[in-house]
Amino acid sequence: MKEEFEPNILGFLCNWCSYAGADLAGTSRIKYPPNIKSIRVMCSGRVDTVFILEALRKGADGVLIAGCHPGDCHYQSGNYKTNRRIKLLKNFLKDMGVEPERVRFEYVSASEGQKFAAVVTDFVNELKKIGPSPIKE
Amino acid sequence: MSKKIGVFVCHCGINIASNVDIEELIKYSSNLNNVIVSKDYKYMCSDNGANLIKDTIKKYKLDGIVIACCSPRMHENTFRGYVENAGINAFNLEIANIREQCSWAHDDKKRSTEKAKSLVRGAVAKARLLESLEKSTISVNPNALVIGGGISGIQTSLDLAEKGFKVYLVERTPSIGGRMAQLDKTFPTLDCSGCILTPKMMEVANNQNIELITYSEIENVDGNIGNYKVKIRKKPRYVDLDKCTGCGDCVVACRLKDRISNEFDMGLGKRSAIYIPFPQAIPMKCTVDENNCLMIKHGKCGKGPLCIEACEADAIDFSQKEEFLEIEVGVIVVATGYDLLDPSKVYEFGYSRYKNVITSMEMERLISSSGPTSGEILCPSNNKIPNSITYILCVGSRDETSCTWCCRIGCMSALKQIYLIKEKFGNKVEINISYTDIRSFGKGYEEFYRKIRGENTNFFRGKPSDVRNIQDRLKLDIFDTTTNKLFEINTDLVVLVPELIPRMDSDVFSRILHISQSSDGFYLEAHPKLRPMDTFTAGIFLAGCCQGPKDIQDSVSQASGAAGRAANILSKKELEAEPQVAIVDVENCSGCSMCISICPFNAIDLVEEKGKKQAKVIEALCKGCGACVGACPSGSMQQLGFKDKQMIPMVEETVY
Repeated sequence: MKEEFEPNILGFLCNWCSYAGADLAGTSRIKYPPNIKSIRVMCSGRVDTVFILEALRKGADGVLIAGCHPGDCHYQSGNYKTNRRIKLLKNFLKDMGVEPERVRFEYVSASEGQKFAAVVTDFVNELKKIGPSPIKE
Repeated sequence: MSKKIGVFVCHCGINIASNVDIEELIKYSSNLNNVIVSKDYKYMCSDNGANLIKDTIKKYKLDGIVIACCSPRMHENTFRGYVENAGINAFNLEIANIREQCSWAHDDKKRSTEKAKSLVRGAVAKARLLESLEKSTISVNPNALVIGGGISGIQTSLDLAEKGFKVYLVERTPSIGGRMAQLDKTFPTLDCSGCILTPKMMEVANNQNIELITYSEIENVDGNIGNYKVKIRKKPRYVDLDKCTGCGDCVVACRLKDRISNEFDMGLGKRSAIYIPFPQAIPMKCTVDENNCLMIKHGKCGKGPLCIEACEADAIDFSQKEEFLEIEVGVIVVATGYDLLDPSKVYEFGYSRYKNVITSMEMERLISSSGPTSGEILCPSNNKIPNSITYILCVGSRDETSCTWCCRIGCMSALKQIYLIKEKFGNKVEINISYTDIRSFGKGYEEFYRKIRGENTNFFRGKPSDVRNIQDRLKLDIFDTTTNKLFEINTDLVVLVPELIPRMDSDVFSRILHISQSSDGFYLEAHPKLRPMDTFTAGIFLAGCCQGPKDIQDSVSQASGAAGRAANILSKKELEAEPQVAIVDVENCSGCSMCISICPFNAIDLVEEKGKKQAKVIEALCKGCGACVGACPSGSMQQLGFKDKQMIPMVEETVY
């Protein structure tokens, strides 16, 4: 039997909202698939598009960037800037023949453990449908 | 010189060990490049763990540390301390979160172990390139801002003032006192609420260290722990506070006397357009209600405002405008309190449709001797004494269709009111109470409950389906789950005990302060057990019901606690600042100014050196978000501790 494809996801989570939200999911023992491996940044605004491209190049099937809800950014506006940056990146990915759905930006607050788990679960399911990334080195 | 890295894996009892194969993780990590030694221990945060870390660092002369354990939000500081104790710079530490984001979140031990390996691999990759960083220091402004003048804000202000700090106490309404001032008695001791609150209010007014700023709102908060800049909007009272003596002559003279709904009496009584909210108000000064005053709304009031005529002190000034005030403080304590759920949202209970359906706060005003009926309990529809009163608890509370949480005071406040009603009427009045569970958890509460339960009060465990109005009486059916019987109740007055909810504007306010809300909307504490007064924003603390429903004793305890937490900061002249700020590689910076447009804190300047334009970070203003780094096209902007050359290997190795 062929083994089911398990997407490899890299997460970038902002320290103040989404990383805390992911922690809360764990503390509340809300289960989600272990496909995601997250890196903490102080603000989602720190996420350089190079990080995302590098992750895809090294074999990530999907990259999740999560930051504070609009208006809640600990640093006022980092989340908006990332959101814009990612929209541009998605256009670029499309042009390069990579499914833009492989990169996701989500708002997850410190109290949204449930949402974090739901986002990851949904992303895993979506990537299973899309299939493995074409640009693995 | 390449780093010598040690990997320390914590079992966290069985919290990690039961779902991550520690042995395999240790074996795996010891094969990673630069890793000299890997060790595991049951509780790495314990004393023994600290010694293990210290001894291992010294023995192997380590200069890079990876600890695989709980979230860095939990123990990063603890472990930084342990690492420092071994004589190496704390910023050579990287944490792999294998508890919250691994062992607790996943079921499959094999896959959790694989994930843990990836996280450790990524952390080691970053640790290879970590650098020592020096903490800078920031000066601390020794003043405090307390927002909200209810019992919590009052207690925090008094405590801080007593410790010798200057306190600005900002209150939105014309007087401090808050909800507690509206209460007649308090449970379970039946202390007169006003009698125990008023002395504290007076203390606030007389304390040299407290500057009371009433009828004012917080407009904006800037800055950081130790140095907050706060903009306050003082609403016009149209009364000169220095001249007004609080005699109340204007209140009596006002053309709209007894015509405006009195919010202090929950709309049951009437007041004038110029008013003093309640007899013990602090400051004891008049305020013109600009939404109702004829002079302000229409520009004229008969042949001339009667209040001006009546005021011998010449204190009324219709030319007043709103004013803005800027203050600087080191800490902020938020004590903004709660709102009550509008019970008309629970349509079936008939509030706002039937006059004789009231809330427990309205009942409190009816019971109060300073209330609209001078303490007589009368049905609003006909001003007659009720023969039967029925309480419905948990209105909107513990209800998945409304609010899921318990209001924590509903049961006890209803029991207290029943005691007071019995005190007035004896057994002449029938009392029914519809409850979900009686929660009498505090000191002396259960005893109080038993006392009421023994006094001819009909307890029904169950909620009525609805309240109907039948010929000036109210009818409700309750299925009592303790006897499995349906009871039909005819009653004169229904008292709804509504849920405590976050302030209507708490979301707006959370953004002004940059603090988080929990999913129920109340402000989120940094840790539910161990840091219940802190927020995630350093230097901002919580007191009272803004953090979640509380009774008075719990509010006062938390308020004193918050004052203590705040004083920990105010008592220091300087604080250590996180060193993870942005820096510029001046060789490569082209002066394109992209970073300047990105920075929300104006922390980057464009300077010219030797004829070359380049960015310059003002360290004191930089908060270390790294947004400029993410935007820099040339990579010459970097964030200490989060440099590209540290992050990219981490990305590559975590994914790999």
